[in-house]
Amino acid sequence: MNANMSYLDGNAAGGELSKIFNLDLTAAEGQCANCGATRRFADAHLYVDCPGLIARCASCDHVLLRLVNTGKRAFLDLRGMAFLKLST
Amino acid sequence: MAGTEVLGRVTWRTGKVVSLRDETSTARTIAIEVRDWPGHVAGQHVDVRLTAPDGYSAVRSYSIASAPNSDRRIEITVERLEDGEVSPYLTQEVAIGDELDLRGPIGGWFVWHVDQTEPIQLIAGGSGIVPLMAIIRSRLASASNARFRLLYSLREPAAAFYKDELQAISIRGESVILSYAFTRITPKDWPRPASRIDAALLSENVWPSHLSPTCYVCGPTSFVEHVAGLLIAAGMDRGRIRTERFGSTGEHK
Repeated sequence: MNANMSYLDGNAAGGELSKIFNLDLTAAEGQCANCGATRRFADAHLYVDCPGLIARCASCDHVLLRLVNTGKRAFLDLRGMAFLKLST
Repeated sequence: MAGTEVLGRVTWRTGKVVSLRDETSTARTIAIEVRDWPGHVAGQHVDVRLTAPDGYSAVRSYSIASAPNSDRRIEITVERLEDGEVSPYLTQEVAIGDELDLRGPIGGWFVWHVDQTEPIQLIAGGSGIVPLMAIIRSRLASASNARFRLLYSLREPAAAFYKDELQAISIRGESVILSYAFTRITPKDWPRPASRIDAALLSENVWPSHLSPTCYVCGPTSFVEHVAGLLIAAGMDRGRIRTERFGSTGEHK
């Protein structure tokens, strides 16, 4: 597996994100703030070989989400997403 | 619509190992009883957490292999990664009666609901068969008439999971059409030399795009990218291709 094939998909972040949102976000549609593609969060490319999680747009590779959880505090950067649509 | 709990609450639960079954020399199916299991949808996964005596913990995601049922029991099939932190324990050391911390079920997109009526194309690479097996089992356990095909890509015949069950499905000739592709070693007298899935093999073994199947592709990242690219080149609608990638790096604690 080469370096640019080291990602998983947004689905694999479902458990970790549920710790923060108390919801399963994998089926939620989100819009990339860079290219405007609107896709399911499960489709995003997820990088886990880093301190935390990074999700990138499957269309343009823009960073959608960064999450670092130290156990005591979670740092969440969502500026790469224009919106996230949840069916409540 | 059935199973609309896609945004359900996800919590840690304790499960008890109730049976173990080897699928191959490196993979094992673990049946786990979870007293407060809320039920799942075929295709979902669970996170398994192992905690060492010093408090260090590691979490890995494993697809659920069993069909949704009412007996508060799930099965996962774990492939051993030699440099893994969790899979060697789950495939070699865990014993019946042991307790495991589980978070889930998780996943609202890579799932198949029994009320989906469109043709379904499943494509598995290696241990990517696991969530697709849950989907097949769910289909067979329900009254669904959806037409199913599975293309199962394997390194070699001995690497197949669920061999007897898949063979029985194939012999019964129910509406799940099975085909295999071998990438390194083929069975004796196999008509096609061992090779990666290509456009020709795909066109013979996959529903044509005009039937608008929903495609579920699961396997290592490079496999998923390769197959998804071929499907799109064959005219499949990108929006109907759902993917689940497995990595040897599935660490996120």
